[in-house]
Amino acid sequence: MSDLAHPTEHGTSPAPLGHSPVADIPHRPRVTDTDPKAARRAERQVAFMFVLAMLLFIAFVASFVLIDPQAVVYIPVFGTVGAMNIALGACLGAGAFLIGAGAIQWAKKLMPDVEVVQERHTMPSDPAATAEAAANYARGRDESGFARYKLIRRTLIGAMALFPIPIIVLLRDLWPTPPGSPSPDQILSTTLWKKGERIVTDATYQPIRAADIPVGGLVSAAPADLMEVQEAEHNLNARGKAAIILVRMDPTEIRSQQGDGWDYQGILAYSKICTHVGCPIALYERRTHHLLCPCHQSTFDLADSGHVVFGPAARRMPQLPIGVDEEGFLMAMSDFQEPIGPSFWERS
Amino acid sequence: MSITAPAQASTSPVEKAGGATATFVDSRLGSNRFLARNLGKVFPDHWSFMLGEIILYSFIVILLTGTYLTLFYKPSMVEVIYNGSYVPLKGVQMSEAYASTLDITFDVRGGLLIRQMHHWAALIFVAAMAVHAFRVFFTGAYRKPREFNWLIGVALLTMALAAGFTGYSLPDDLLSGTGLQIIRGILQSIPVVGTWAAFFVFGGEYPGTDVISRLYSAHILLVPGLILALVTVHLMMVWTQKHTQFPGPGRTNDNVVGYPLMPVYMAKAGGFFFVVFGIIALMGGLATINPIWIFGPYTPDQVTAGTQPDWYIGWLDGALRLMPNWESVLLGFTISWNVFIPSVVIPGILFTGMALYPFIEAWATGDKREHNLLDRPRNAPVRTGIGVMAIVFYGILWIGGGNDIIAGAFNLSINAISWTLRISLIVLPPIAFIVTKRICLGLQRRDREKLLHGYESGRILRLPHGEFVEVHEPLNVKDKAVIMAKVDVPVLALPQKEDEDGVRNKWYRVDRLRWRLNRFFYGENIPRPSDAEIEAAQHHVSHDAALEAPLHDYEDADQIRRGHGGVLHHPGMPQTNAEQLQTSGDHR
Repeated sequence: MSDLAHPTEHGTSPAPLGHSPVADIPHRPRVTDTDPKAARRAERQVAFMFVLAMLLFIAFVASFVLIDPQAVVYIPVFGTVGAMNIALGACLGAGAFLIGAGAIQWAKKLMPDVEVVQERHTMPSDPAATAEAAANYARGRDESGFARYKLIRRTLIGAMALFPIPIIVLLRDLWPTPPGSPSPDQILSTTLWKKGERIVTDATYQPIRAADIPVGGLVSAAPADLMEVQEAEHNLNARGKAAIILVRMDPTEIRSQQGDGWDYQGILAYSKICTHVGCPIALYERRTHHLLCPCHQSTFDLADSGHVVFGPAARRMPQLPIGVDEEGFLMAMSDFQEPIGPSFWERS
Repeated sequence: MSITAPAQASTSPVEKAGGATATFVDSRLGSNRFLARNLGKVFPDHWSFMLGEIILYSFIVILLTGTYLTLFYKPSMVEVIYNGSYVPLKGVQMSEAYASTLDITFDVRGGLLIRQMHHWAALIFVAAMAVHAFRVFFTGAYRKPREFNWLIGVALLTMALAAGFTGYSLPDDLLSGTGLQIIRGILQSIPVVGTWAAFFVFGGEYPGTDVISRLYSAHILLVPGLILALVTVHLMMVWTQKHTQFPGPGRTNDNVVGYPLMPVYMAKAGGFFFVVFGIIALMGGLATINPIWIFGPYTPDQVTAGTQPDWYIGWLDGALRLMPNWESVLLGFTISWNVFIPSVVIPGILFTGMALYPFIEAWATGDKREHNLLDRPRNAPVRTGIGVMAIVFYGILWIGGGNDIIAGAFNLSINAISWTLRISLIVLPPIAFIVTKRICLGLQRRDREKLLHGYESGRILRLPHGEFVEVHEPLNVKDKAVIMAKVDVPVLALPQKEDEDGVRNKWYRVDRLRWRLNRFFYGENIPRPSDAEIEAAQHHVSHDAALEAPLHDYEDADQIRRGHGGVLHHPGMPQTNAEQLQTSGDHR
């Protein structure tokens, strides 16, 4: 930096405030510095922005009171939008923006734009302070006798080490498991499905006959017990595990299944929960019999035991063995033979 | 001039009251000492220093709007029947959380505006953090003495992602619920403890009835509390260490050149808060975000196609999508590499690497100096290359997060896109590194060239004997100062196996690795020319032209003479900063 003169070398005495202007930087005065008229114009501009902001805040209150909350307006580009939201947002936003713009305009046009220089101080403490700190520490160490009283020191360390344990133990009941409760892997491995459980549509809870499903069709379905269980348990847990899809294909198109005769006249039941990370799946391409997960695009071939043909899922889609009851409605022949949904440590 | 004029006794009643207050506080806290030091504190000026302000101000907007939302939102998963004013969902069963979000949207006047401001501000918060981190990284602002602040910044970034994700799930709509389901899958993939961890988080089986209220307490208390504490420390450190500055005339490693806090930065920074607030309010009013009423209430057996998380989670979703479907069973236990690697291992490595980078670089280059003057990215080619490499890696994952959207929009096979991205993820980052490094070195050569021979003015001069020369103009003060500020690279002595007395160097291998890394970082850097070299080169250029051309015949003559170097003083800018301070004092 030899070519850049330090300010003090140019005879400008340091300002009393602890900084001084940077000398030697070419600096062009602004119009507002030289022309009083321009300065007054800038003053008026700033004031105008502040006045406009006031008006916009009043308009905000007026919109809040006067506009019907349900009213919609059509605005090109934005489409049909809620009138109140757009009015409130525009008034509040433009008003706040104008306060900011005014303040910045004030700073840029009317406050000094001369750069000043301030010295830095290096971060390390001076040696005297460091020595004093060290002396203080040594005094405290000796006075406490931390080094001398071995017994105190060791028991203190022991007590401190155990102190966090009660706090961690308190978190245990984030999921209470009274004696006899099933373990997570048992819970994850069972669903509502059991032999004789009727299959109903998941929207209207109507039992389904084989004839209701055309070849190439897909139906999202649930166990008939689901509503009852949901009411009793007050949660959606059973629904999350029991959801299935039924697809029907020409029996000759079924290349393999997870068990002999698990279909019913070409109707196959598969879990709806992706084996990757658990998204429900219902994107089905009837020509290829591929089932595609909308979250991460894992693709399963339902005509071939639900094997993964593409994507990040590692496991096939579990199949549910089905049949019909004496009234001709579809029903499950058992629960799933493997856990549904994402993998977990205890699963093998 | 406020800087030089002595404080005048004021007669304004407001100032008198202010003075009385200051005295009242000072006699109890000694606050005037702080004011004396800091009202005139100088901050350097550069547009990129605004990025940090955007983060702070959007965080304030988030706190204000978030507090408002807590007045109406009910963090409960109890199933209720909706009976508000949004007709399409009337009579539908849903959680109280979702119902109260609908109420905020449709039945609380201004509620939708605040909800959308909250969400927009959150997106801006994270986006500004990312860009701020780029600025800090590429200019080497994290170097000594500011490594702690970099660590706090990395912690803030992870906290921001946590805040974003916990908040995203609170409306309990179908889209966010699907995100939560993915989190459950990710938790379950953690070896040994994953299944239990998921059950603890959800209070049992997924989705259970606890998770919304748990996320709520994390979202409105735990995470923002941590962010607030970290932001405070972050700013205190900036204040104590003083802001870094870009090189320029008069700017050295030992000073700060800029404007004083009072009045310029009070007006500019204070005003900028309102600008950020205003823009967020305009976005909340004009641009719909997260229209939860369209998605419907959450149920674990439904999903919408084309699901997309908020932008800052997109890269993790992309990693999940691009990962090959590896899973292994060891001794009867399952390890889901296909989920664990992209969602836990990769982010873990990236954030740890980011946090440790300042220390790794300082060790590898052996640079232990204090740096208050920012590097130009070109002057640290390896660092810049690493940064661009990381951005490319991130960018590909992020694109991967939208592979279904891309497939739909361009009618491409998702299979082909996924494979292209998988290969790109391995191949492109190293290429990006090499290309960036070469570009940086090229720019360094050009800088040296400009210092030695001036810049090409584009004017061709024909000399009397017929030769054509292009007039080279010397750089102006500012450009010259910027280029000259390049710091000398630290050079390490070649480590020896034994010292002069034949004593074996125990650390030889480590020292040699470090020496190699130092060479890797800076070995190819183009040295800055010395003052003597510049003087000689410029003298040479102008000397030739001056001898061979009768200068007074050409209108370019003036410019060629100025080629002798030194400070330019254009007729239009007669004043230096110092002169202007002395001559103009009354324009306020």
